[in-house]
Amino acid sequence: MPEPSTPEAVISMRGATATLGARAVLRGVDLTVHRGEVVALLGANGSGKSTAVRSAIGQVPLTGGTVELFGTPLRRFRAWSRVGYVPQRTTAAGGVPATIREVVSSGRLSRTKLGLPGRADRAAVDRAIELVGLSDRAKDSVNALSGGQHQRVLIARALASEPEVLIMDEPMAGVDLASQEILASTLREQVAGGATVLLVLHELGALEPLIDRAIVLRDGCVMHDGPPPEAVGQHALPGHDHVHPHAASEPVRTGLLT
Amino acid sequence: MLEFLNPPFMQRALIAAVLVGITAPAIGIYLVQRRQALMGDGIGHVAMTGVGLGFLLSTNPVWMATLVAVAGSVVMELIRWYGRTRGDIALAMLFYGGMAGGVMLINLSDTGSNANLTSFLFGSLSTVSEEDVTAIVVLAAFVVLVTVGLRRQLFAVSQDEEFARVTGLPVRALNLLVAVTAAITVTVAMRVVGLLLVSALMVVPVAAAQQIAKSFKVTFVLAVVIGTAVALAGTVTSYYQDVPPGATIVLLAIAAFIVLTALATPLARRRAKGGGSDADRCTLEVPAARTPKDDVQV
Repeated sequence: MPEPSTPEAVISMRGATATLGARAVLRGVDLTVHRGEVVALLGANGSGKSTAVRSAIGQVPLTGGTVELFGTPLRRFRAWSRVGYVPQRTTAAGGVPATIREVVSSGRLSRTKLGLPGRADRAAVDRAIELVGLSDRAKDSVNALSGGQHQRVLIARALASEPEVLIMDEPMAGVDLASQEILASTLREQVAGGATVLLVLHELGALEPLIDRAIVLRDGCVMHDGPPPEAVGQHALPGHDHVHPHAASEPVRTGLLT
Repeated sequence: MLEFLNPPFMQRALIAAVLVGITAPAIGIYLVQRRQALMGDGIGHVAMTGVGLGFLLSTNPVWMATLVAVAGSVVMELIRWYGRTRGDIALAMLFYGGMAGGVMLINLSDTGSNANLTSFLFGSLSTVSEEDVTAIVVLAAFVVLVTVGLRRQLFAVSQDEEFARVTGLPVRALNLLVAVTAAITVTVAMRVVGLLLVSALMVVPVAAAQQIAKSFKVTFVLAVVIGTAVALAGTVTSYYQDVPPGATIVLLAIAAFIVLTALATPLARRRAKGGGSDADRCTLEVPAARTPKDDVQV
């Protein structure tokens, strides 16, 4: 339970239920992220972690429960520049060539809306590109980038609006170890600057030292909400994929170990 | 030398050609970016019903086609929102229903004939009337206003729709605007290129431009330049050679695509060779590499 001294809740989800077709994907999820916290949402494939973050920003309609962002019910929430969203993507490219700068600039639209960008907006875009270490390539086409660089572009796009909370859906998927380190250091800077972060991860990997709290989902229910579970042995290796079967009688499944 | 400028019908056709060359790639680039390159083709089919209605009611077919094409594009967008798995079947109904309806209506009308039908399907220079030019200018101005004025917003929505929604942009309204603008472009282009080939002028100049462009901005400008050039060249060619303008324009656009692709391949290779920094290069020699020297002479 939040104590009086607890900072304001940036994301607050209560009793969230959601379905995909006939299947219940979320079955009453409670999830709170306070200001300044870094929360990892963990779980096996199909556990509902991606649906949970996407419903927190209105991309999946809830069939029950409530979501509040910065204390405002989602339906009435309009201050989208306070939210930086990194969707689950393997590429930042579309059907037409675009430069890194062009893609990152679209993240600034939550502030400029239908108006024209000013000097401050352009500076924010440059800063976001610099934060992910791609300044020297800003004018290159995103088609020429590696998987890890695509993720860095997507994160820069989310940072362009100078958000207060970063919501990331599997930012480490398909990212090589070197790029994981760069992403981790970008995130570290954001966290040091007071950013709030909610991120979906398949495994903690390079981000482990940054995580304050882990929420583990299984079959659309919260199984664990507290300190990040420690990965041991070969599970701690970033390249390890969790596909091996476990006995049904196994104790608390953290998702990391399933 | 410029005697093709003299006949008034040619002047009207050239004005229409320039506007088609500008507007078709300008909206087409967003369709290609969304990977809906064939949407223009569908709208072209639907617009046929509008042309047929225009003949039947003896009003200007351009305005009637605009009305029906806009309505059709809105329905297509709605199918995209709400339609799930059977969306493609619904679209097929709309496209072919539109085409069949158009053919039927034209044959029912007193003024319509097969010659008229052909001119709308494949374009014709001599049929661009004063009235048509006015309509085309007004509609083209709208298309340019939207595609250039809202380029940042349309880029974001076409690049990553989900992300765009989370920026708070009115994504549905912008998607509808793209659909309506595409429909209007189809009717702008209808007179010169013809309804069956409209989509080509929306897609091919963009495809040609992206062979050598690295940015969206350059792709946009280059596509419009290519579009205008082939539209003008095709119109003039068809004046001298008595070939259908639409087919000429589209074949020229495809030629431009082939030329640029051929140019781009060595260009990209040179860029890859010279552009990489030292960090990108392998520093290790591959010891196992076989050279001709390794061959043992017997």
